[in-house]
Amino acid sequence: MSLALSIGVLAAAGVFLVLQRGMIRIILGFVLLTHAVNLLIIAAGGVSRRDAPFFGGDTSQAADPLPQAFVLTAIVIAFAITVVLATFAVVGRRDDDTEADNGAPSQSEVDDGELDALRDSEPDSELESEGERR
Amino acid sequence: MIGIVELLLPLFVGAPLLLGGILFVVPRHHPLQLIMGMGSLLALLGGAIVLLILTFDGTILVHQIALWPGGISIPFVADSFSSLILVVAAIVSVISFHYMIASGEAQSPSIASLVLILAGGVAGALLTADLFNLFVFIEVMLLPSYGLLLFLSRRGDMAASRLYVTVNLLASTLFLAGVGLIYAVQGTVNLAALAGAGDDPATAIATAVCLGALAVKASVFPVHGWLARAYGSASPAVAALFSGLHTKVAVYVVYRISSVVFEGDGAWMTAIMVVAALTLAVGALVALGEREIRPLLLFQMVSGIGFILIGVALFTPEGLTAGIVYMVHHMVVMGSLLLIASAIEQTYGSGRLDRVAGLRTREPLLTAAFVISALSLAGLPPFSGFVAKYAVVLASADAGQVLIAGLLIIVSLLSLMSLMRVWADMFNGKRHTDVEVLAAEERIRTREGLFDGAVIDTDTAAAEAAQALEQHGPPRGVLASGDPHDHRGTRIPLRLVIPALMLSGLSVGLGFGGEFLLQLAEHASSVLTDTSGYVGAVMGQ
Repeated sequence: MSLALSIGVLAAAGVFLVLQRGMIRIILGFVLLTHAVNLLIIAAGGVSRRDAPFFGGDTSQAADPLPQAFVLTAIVIAFAITVVLATFAVVGRRDDDTEADNGAPSQSEVDDGELDALRDSEPDSELESEGERR
Repeated sequence: MIGIVELLLPLFVGAPLLLGGILFVVPRHHPLQLIMGMGSLLALLGGAIVLLILTFDGTILVHQIALWPGGISIPFVADSFSSLILVVAAIVSVISFHYMIASGEAQSPSIASLVLILAGGVAGALLTADLFNLFVFIEVMLLPSYGLLLFLSRRGDMAASRLYVTVNLLASTLFLAGVGLIYAVQGTVNLAALAGAGDDPATAIATAVCLGALAVKASVFPVHGWLARAYGSASPAVAALFSGLHTKVAVYVVYRISSVVFEGDGAWMTAIMVVAALTLAVGALVALGEREIRPLLLFQMVSGIGFILIGVALFTPEGLTAGIVYMVHHMVVMGSLLLIASAIEQTYGSGRLDRVAGLRTREPLLTAAFVISALSLAGLPPFSGFVAKYAVVLASADAGQVLIAGLLIIVSLLSLMSLMRVWADMFNGKRHTDVEVLAAEERIRTREGLFDGAVIDTDTAAAEAAQALEQHGPPRGVLASGDPHDHRGTRIPLRLVIPALMLSGLSVGLGFGGEFLLQLAEHASSVLTDTSGYVGAVMGQ
């Protein structure tokens, strides 16, 4: 039950974050979503009715190793993709339309450090004027 | 012979991955990059053709990884269906890579490696019979795709690439969740072990989660909107490569799962039928309203996905055969049309229908390729499109789906209309004087490595345009301005036209060799209508 609840909470938080503007939040959303799916796969191994494979002796009740192998693979893939996503967040022209529309960016977005990082890497007239406005 | 080929099946994945890895350390401009890249893609094509010949008579080649017993191991399977799609995917990869070499895009860092890894992932996704392994190979396909988008996007435009990555990642995550659910219900994700498991409602729903994820990847209505936006600003050659590989692999898997797990179960196939019909109608209608050549073609592609899915939704032998014929035709023709759009965009810096005009008299070869591909896509004889559409319409009428057959014909007319718009505006229209300036601006941007859409100083562009006009010498005789026979100025280089010509030539060949294509597809569909051979071979019985 606790596993099902955690999956639900993680998936809900992940979906909420993926629907936000701002690439960093989307990335965090995907991190949570993949966690939710990983837990789902672990749950698919029937954790409630199985025990640790050691110390017990009854192999029919030993934990299913296959979902764990799945999750291991999925974690590695998710990690690689998170890195790629982070790259997409910082490269390219300043055309990230996943942020607030015209006008001053909201406080939380400044907190992302995204704008600051971008300004450091790419001095851009558009950005500077935005900074002055702030 | 067959035993050796079975043992070598994993090489279809391993060899491209290994070579792609090696090429990462070869210096960027070293000729080995292109030679090895092209060589391995051609070898992949050769290998795929060998597979097709060996599996033609219904033989099913199986390799159980590490020789574990069937049902426990990860199986690699080649039957007539996967071999046929692998051959066409390899052809599209070879020609797209050829275009990248011709346009100089292959000079960007690690392009050969990325294309090879992509091809390896595609081969893996087509050959594996294990759903989790399939997820891994889909990711193997996607990671180099992200790299290709990063290096080859229209310079600086990352918004569309971000869209592509997020949509695909969401779909992959959903697919993985579906695989997890299937494991929870059935205790296995081996496709053959799941044969017929669609009768069990829990398994059916878990599998439907996977199908939903694949529908996103194949850009099926109502989750089709991302495709045109994401591919629209990728490098055109990359769009051609992706359209031939990514969406079609997703459709291939839909075919495979529908036949093995659901065994053509009526209710599910009706659902696919509804979605497919909406996809093909919506794609064709949206294409009518587009103002740029690439989004227009991409929505045609969405419409084509609908055509292919009609085949599996009918789930009669004729329907499956027709769907497979359509898939082959669509991969070839869509590749050709997108490469034509690439050549235009990379020369004129714009794909807008109202800006580029008068290509008919200036670019005879490109026009020939366009006319062939466009008529083929619309479904006119003697091109491959006629064979494919005729087969799909006939199969739907045979299955009693007269409404669908009528819809298919109406949609074909709509497709013809939107392609006629391209013809009327870009090819047949009167050449504006500022086309020359547009092309000059694009040449300057390419030379200086500027962002797409970067503003070029008017005088510089005018000087560049005048220079191009002079380079091609004075016109023969005296020509009035705006004379269509004035051939001075910018021309699309022949090297950019050749890849599209090859694909459209293939479409003509498939049209005249329609009987052969139908026969191939019939063999391919026979493993879908009767999955016992497939299941038996994979389970090692």
